[in-house]
Amino acid sequence: MTSTTTPPAGGAQALNDPRRLLSRRSRKSSVSLHAVLAASAFMAVFPVLWIFYISLGPDKNDYQHPSRILGNATLDNYTHVLKNTGFGTWMLNSIIVAAGTMLIGVLIAASAAYAVSRMKFLGRGSLMYTFLLTQMFPVAVLMVPLYKIMGSLGLLDTYGGLVIIYCSTAVPYCAWLLKGYFDTIPVEIDEAGRIDGLSPFGTFWRLILPLARPGLAVAAFYTFITAWGEVAFASKFMLTEEKYTLAVGLQSYISQFNSQWNYLAATSVLIAIPAGAVFYIVQRHLVAGLTAGGTKG
Amino acid sequence: MTTVVEGKSARQSHHGRGSGRGPMQLIKNSYNQYWYAWAMCVPVVLVLLTVVAYPLIQGIYLTFTDATSLNVGRTIGVNEIPDSYSWVGLKNYTEILTGSNNQFWPHFVWTVIWTVACVALTYALGLGLAVAINRQIKARGFYRMLLILPWAVPTFVTIFAWRLILADDGVVNQILIGLGLDGPSWLSDPFAQKVAAIAVNIWCGFPFIMISMLGGLQSIPRELYEAAEMDGATPWQRFVNVTLPGLRPVSSTVILLGVIWTFNQFNVIFLLFGGNSDSVQILVTYAYRLFFGQQPQDYARSATVGILCLSLLVVFTSVYRRWLKRNDQGAL
Repeated sequence: MTSTTTPPAGGAQALNDPRRLLSRRSRKSSVSLHAVLAASAFMAVFPVLWIFYISLGPDKNDYQHPSRILGNATLDNYTHVLKNTGFGTWMLNSIIVAAGTMLIGVLIAASAAYAVSRMKFLGRGSLMYTFLLTQMFPVAVLMVPLYKIMGSLGLLDTYGGLVIIYCSTAVPYCAWLLKGYFDTIPVEIDEAGRIDGLSPFGTFWRLILPLARPGLAVAAFYTFITAWGEVAFASKFMLTEEKYTLAVGLQSYISQFNSQWNYLAATSVLIAIPAGAVFYIVQRHLVAGLTAGGTKG
Repeated sequence: MTTVVEGKSARQSHHGRGSGRGPMQLIKNSYNQYWYAWAMCVPVVLVLLTVVAYPLIQGIYLTFTDATSLNVGRTIGVNEIPDSYSWVGLKNYTEILTGSNNQFWPHFVWTVIWTVACVALTYALGLGLAVAINRQIKARGFYRMLLILPWAVPTFVTIFAWRLILADDGVVNQILIGLGLDGPSWLSDPFAQKVAAIAVNIWCGFPFIMISMLGGLQSIPRELYEAAEMDGATPWQRFVNVTLPGLRPVSSTVILLGVIWTFNQFNVIFLLFGGNSDSVQILVTYAYRLFFGQQPQDYARSATVGILCLSLLVVFTSVYRRWLKRNDQGAL
């Protein structure tokens, strides 16, 4: 597991050299380091484990009496959620929206980031500043006008409408991140590509994108998570139940089933699984991908 | 930063030196050289124009009107009702900032406390864990994966989990009772709400900072540590004199983004407490409530609070960037 990190600037791999003898830790400090990390890791995972544990309880108030679950653990809540609710539809909607945002968002963020990283064109600096600026927009300013715009464009209650809105928040950050990542890729590669007769876009597409995989993985993860977990826009812009995303569906649940916490917990676990899967796929790229964006952003 | 493209542009401008240097010519040259760059930015710019710039202009316009859900144009069935709100100038701003029955300033104070507390504590925790996990220890990949997990789980799921954990008879209070303490009502007592909100936000936010810091740590040349060690620096001195300066570029980016994101953090407050608990609402959720949480929906004031938030952040960002520049950091 330790070898999964491949930082672009190097460093972690140097751990096996003799220098580490200089800073060899005592047994005591090693134990306390493990204790701190184990405690933090437990805190980080606890809410997730807890909601999974509650989701096994047969009664809706089992969260108040967690010890009762031990003898009565059951998967009934999951079968109920999957069979008797709109979960399948909402899941499908969420996947369409999140995957759409991920594909479109990463693609347009990457192409803009590449242009900013490689070509000194007019308006390059202000574009970067605009990206930063869009991170500052509170939901509340955009909500009303966006609602009207989406209404007049006929995009309310459509997947496309949500994808565009999510792109507007995720893309600027991804472009920032990817710009930093592209900066770390040697320009000689571009030069070689151009000499071989590739267009600037061809260079970008065939040479740079494959090299930027860690950066792209982080950007993809970020856009996916942004879209998957967004509540405010989804709950106001998706009007019919067939178009609800999971975030909205879960809300409607709370009233519909009179706070049946066991079903809610089971649904939450089911919602967390795809996000966890995406996370698992990209997690070994996270450090390398974010480093470049963070240090050079 | 010399690219083939830039190399070509240098040659071209050399070429064009004879043919006049008026502004039109400059633009034309620039177009010839960089149309590719512009073409690659067009999709982003289009999205930002339609979903950010245009709504923003409309939003700013709304702040100078008395728009509510009663007088804004809408379509009911086949009937189209036109806009009937009117221009009121700066009335919304003066009423929100100086009016007697407004709640802007209390929310503002809490938003500032919230932002500073969250960013400072999350940063400290993220940095500490990054330093710990960057050491050569067994199972660090495993620790790292568990520690990033909060980032991977959608906020509305984890916050739902926190609601069960922090409920009056939830597990936290059960543990506190077991220890002989009387736990407060985390989700309704005004002070406990604030503590809970900050704690949950730290929980949601530290993985991002930790991972960024980890990347920053790995980009610090080991020779610096070696040299410091040769000079007999204690671990603490090495941390203060090598690690912290080496992390400054990452830190400045992460803190700036952290402030912006925390200031605008909608999900944590809204999902943890709903729209009802007044004292714990930050400006963004307060603006949202002015819009969606009451009848008639107060578009104009909601937008005004939003614009005030945006202005605060713009001011903060430019001051912060200027401050960074004065301290001679090229990071941003």
